[in-house]
Amino acid sequence: MSNILDSKIPEGNLNEKWTKYKSSVHLVNPANKRSLEIIVVGSGLAGSAAAASLAEMGYKVKCFCFQDSPRRAHSIAAQGGINAAKNYQNDGDSTYRLFYDTIKGGDYRAREGNVHRLAEVSSSIIDQCVAQGVPFAREYGGLLSNRSFGGTQVQRTFYAAGQTGQQLLLGAYSALERQVGMGQVKMYSRHEMLDVVTIDGKARGIIARDLVTGQLERHFGHAVLLCSGGYGNVFYLSTNAMGSNVTAAWKAHKRGAYMANPCYTQIHPTCIPRSGDHQSKLTLMSESLRNDGRIWVPAKKEDAEALRNGTLRPTQIKEEDRDYYLERRYPAFGNLVPRDVASRAAKERCDAGFGVNSTGEAVYLDFFYNMTEKYGRTEATKKGIENPTAPQLKEFGAGVIKEKYGNLFDMYKQITGVDPYEEPMQIYPAVHYTMGGLWVDYNLMTTVPGLYALGEANFSDHGANRLGASALMQGLADGYFVIPYTIGDYLADEIRTKAISTDHPAFAATEKEVEDKIQKLLNIKGTKSVDHYHKRLGKIMWDECGMARNTEGLKSAIASIQQIKTEFWSNVRVPGEANEFNQELEKAGRVADFIELGELMCKDALERNESCGGHFREEYQTDEGEALRDDVNFAFVSAWENQEDGWKLHKEELKFENIKIAARSYK
Amino acid sequence: MNWISTFLKSSIGKKLLMGLTGLFLCTFLIVHLSGNLQLLKHDGGLAFNTYAVFMTTNPLIKFVSYGLYAIILFHAFWGLYLVMENKKARPVQYASYNGNANSNWSSRWMGVLGTIILAFLILHMWNFWAQYKFGTTPYTQYERNLATGKVTFSPFTGEIAGKMEKFVDTERNVEITQVKDLYAIVADGFKAWWLVIIYVISMAALSFHLVHGFSSAFQTLGVNHKKYNALIKNIGVWLFGIIIPILFAIMPIYFLLLN
Amino acid sequence: MKINLKVWRQKNNKAKGELKDYKVDHVSPDMSFLEMFDVLNEDLITKGDDPIAFDHDCREGICGSCSMHINGRPHGPLAGVTTCQLHMRSFKDGDTIVVEPWRAGAFPVNKDLSVDRSAFDRIIAAGGFISVNTGNAQDANNLPIGKEAADEAFMSAACIGCGACVAACKNASAMLFVSAKVSQLSLLPQGQPEAKMRVMAMVNQMDAEGFGSCTNTGACSAECPKGIDLSNIARMNREFFSANLTGK
Repeated sequence: MSNILDSKIPEGNLNEKWTKYKSSVHLVNPANKRSLEIIVVGSGLAGSAAAASLAEMGYKVKCFCFQDSPRRAHSIAAQGGINAAKNYQNDGDSTYRLFYDTIKGGDYRAREGNVHRLAEVSSSIIDQCVAQGVPFAREYGGLLSNRSFGGTQVQRTFYAAGQTGQQLLLGAYSALERQVGMGQVKMYSRHEMLDVVTIDGKARGIIARDLVTGQLERHFGHAVLLCSGGYGNVFYLSTNAMGSNVTAAWKAHKRGAYMANPCYTQIHPTCIPRSGDHQSKLTLMSESLRNDGRIWVPAKKEDAEALRNGTLRPTQIKEEDRDYYLERRYPAFGNLVPRDVASRAAKERCDAGFGVNSTGEAVYLDFFYNMTEKYGRTEATKKGIENPTAPQLKEFGAGVIKEKYGNLFDMYKQITGVDPYEEPMQIYPAVHYTMGGLWVDYNLMTTVPGLYALGEANFSDHGANRLGASALMQGLADGYFVIPYTIGDYLADEIRTKAISTDHPAFAATEKEVEDKIQKLLNIKGTKSVDHYHKRLGKIMWDECGMARNTEGLKSAIASIQQIKTEFWSNVRVPGEANEFNQELEKAGRVADFIELGELMCKDALERNESCGGHFREEYQTDEGEALRDDVNFAFVSAWENQEDGWKLHKEELKFENIKIAARSYK
Repeated sequence: MNWISTFLKSSIGKKLLMGLTGLFLCTFLIVHLSGNLQLLKHDGGLAFNTYAVFMTTNPLIKFVSYGLYAIILFHAFWGLYLVMENKKARPVQYASYNGNANSNWSSRWMGVLGTIILAFLILHMWNFWAQYKFGTTPYTQYERNLATGKVTFSPFTGEIAGKMEKFVDTERNVEITQVKDLYAIVADGFKAWWLVIIYVISMAALSFHLVHGFSSAFQTLGVNHKKYNALIKNIGVWLFGIIIPILFAIMPIYFLLLN
Repeated sequence: MKINLKVWRQKNNKAKGELKDYKVDHVSPDMSFLEMFDVLNEDLITKGDDPIAFDHDCREGICGSCSMHINGRPHGPLAGVTTCQLHMRSFKDGDTIVVEPWRAGAFPVNKDLSVDRSAFDRIIAAGGFISVNTGNAQDANNLPIGKEAADEAFMSAACIGCGACVAACKNASAMLFVSAKVSQLSLLPQGQPEAKMRVMAMVNQMDAEGFGSCTNTGACSAECPKGIDLSNIARMNREFFSANLTGK
């Protein structure tokens, strides 16, 4: 069945693939579009953009989201920005450079064809968003402002303060609502997709649950688009929204869609540490803080102990008793090493017993040195003060810091109750993004005909690691500029398919399965809450399939997860009824899917005997502790097929014809 | 002209009517105050009574005054209607509502303050307007010495056509004014301490009503600009919220103390 | 910390609701307000009771889902934060906290503390957009926009659609929400071509949804977690007048 994994990358020169594809792809004439129905699941950047664009073209669209409004999708929380190869700053950026940076950043585990297309359309995204009224940051002359982000050498990131995701999503949302107002899109908020309906091997609709009434609904579509985001919440604690889940993608997987590279997880080094077992969610602090903060832990274990007990304050620890471990290990890049490197180093110190908060999982991000010595002294010089006193240095420096990071410092204080101008911040890595997802071909179609995956829900563009400010770019590229073309390739052959009645036996059978599963969950009436199992799963995933993985840990994790699965299905307590607003029931269904996904992630991590990007296997590292990639044996995409008795691995070879593979080094 | 009714039926159109009528009533207050301030002149009421005659006989003023009554009534009842409409927008009330944390007391009680002012207006019209127009108002004769400007006055019991007659007695070199004496009604009315208290309380209500109302009207009209907001706010607070109500309140107190 | 709660419980939109008393022990000052509810719900589930329904998602103050009216104020006692950003250190041991859903005829209760805010979506669908189809856009830098206008538009666009403005307003008016969107688009040149149609359509929809009218108390802006300014409302009033006076 290896022919199934045909990525369908068009032939020809890399630069011309997409252009040629666009001019030769099948088209659907406008009259036929009106009779073709498309279901879009999810209303984030990819979903809203796709639903709006397809409706504008004339297709009949139904869009589903589990939130109370499409505007609440988690794309809204992205802070940093969106990349585009505009080269507005005249600093040598180009489509090729963006393509190259993305492939390299992804540790050479992404498809050249897809990534180049992404770089090509990036520019149109900015044009589209500006036309929609997205208020990007601008220069005084009225032109768009850019910043560099995530260590790139060019300034290609467009932004709207620290709320770029919000502004882009609201732009896509307004386009979507416009189509809702025109009757081209029917919006189903507070609806959760619980299964895909396949007829003759093709995706023909979904079963959705109205989360307010609890009623199951059948919806037909000539094609189904899953834009349902990532699955970081398999770790229980992540920076994802509470509701972000894998259910839509997982149901697709159960119906025949392959899951690709599930083990590639991005962990962000600068999040606010958890404060105790009650913690429900983690908050990201912008990566830009590492430009001015120095990361350290105490050099002596007894100091760390005292910090954890609260008998010592960090400011009381002398300079020589501090271990600036990133500066020590990576003198060239110091505190600015990439996300995965910084994250692992923090974990290593905390595991060794040097963690600084009551949970033992926190390191310091200290601004004092730069505040006083870098900024304080410069300001003093500007003011003509030759021998500034220590309080003066701090006062001057704090002013500069406030201007640069004021809102972040306020947010930190709001959450932790500690003033970061007085004491160093505490940070710890947290799960942030999942590069893996449903396997899709160049058309964004999964292995189930008519079933597509867009945005974070698919696997295609980021390889083993995603660059900063690229998630927004990919979501919008898929929704605005890729799917409107590629879907025609499939639907052109569907124009004779009349809308299938939802009385079709396949709909009835699938609905019955969903209903049975819900009843099963409700009827267990055990003793432990859904969260109890979710927390246990999350801990195993974090410990064994998080920043660093090894054979032994992954094997034991798989066994533990299977144990959790058994316990969950025999002892979970889901209160309430099926036919009512029941948030515990919603969670139960999602956690049941996370448990299965968790096992597959561990299996995938175990299979991949190399370290690359967001996947670090302790067995595969250099003597200095750096990731050791194996391009000879693992330059492929792992695509997992769900079978009765487990999973079957399919491999899609990755060919690099335009880029020379090289190792990453940050020494 | 369908668009006008559509516009006025919209929530913004409805409140525009409140804002415009409110601002008109603010200008009326200035006129009314400047006239009434003549009560405080030590001339036995000559200036005030002359003003009262002018205000009740001049055809233009009469015309405007009917418009004024209409606007007062409109502002009052339209306001009450809007209060009721707005109540409907929240059919279930909060068990706990801490409005003081986010807004001024007066801004949330405009309906109540306005109702107090409406009740006051009825009383006020009854006290003076109705007495002057329908009651048995005495007449007074003022004699102003044209050389010295000194004014003396005494009750006048004769008959004149209309509310006022004015002529010069060249022999005595005095200007004689025989006029319907509203001043006496005022002076007499405010002998009652309880009425004075009602008036003072009503002026307090007016003050709070205008502290919010004046600047609110500008906001409704769309006038909100960093450069001018402080000015509008200050005029609302100082002129309409403090100076005008205090000057109005001084009058009844003055007459109470005078007795 | 020990906290006493009075929480609005209502089974569904048709049912009658009431305030119920709950006690939460072992509350850490580091908990967020919603985490305190998680703990309470966990407790209710183990006891076999129905957990309290409430809306929440991102838990970092940007999605606009969370919507609790806490001790008489939307999003609780702190200015400039959403419920999810409120922490228990803002309360004292032994405090009694009253928690209610947003109250407005246009926001019917789904269950307990969760309300239906789809009226906001319908207002946006009526006109809160710029009519530009995907693929038609000119180069982004062909249209210079002054930094001041762009920044001001951004401030208006920062609205998260949580509905605290409606919840705070004594008239349950949605003027701040609607005006923020009208302002954002009217401050930008892209929004000009359909500015008149937009403001009329959005105001009409707002009225049709049954929100109250604005009496300029300023409660909306004071309680807005994103600090959306009252000047937006004035701007919308202006736009609405000019659209009515000079539009078709």
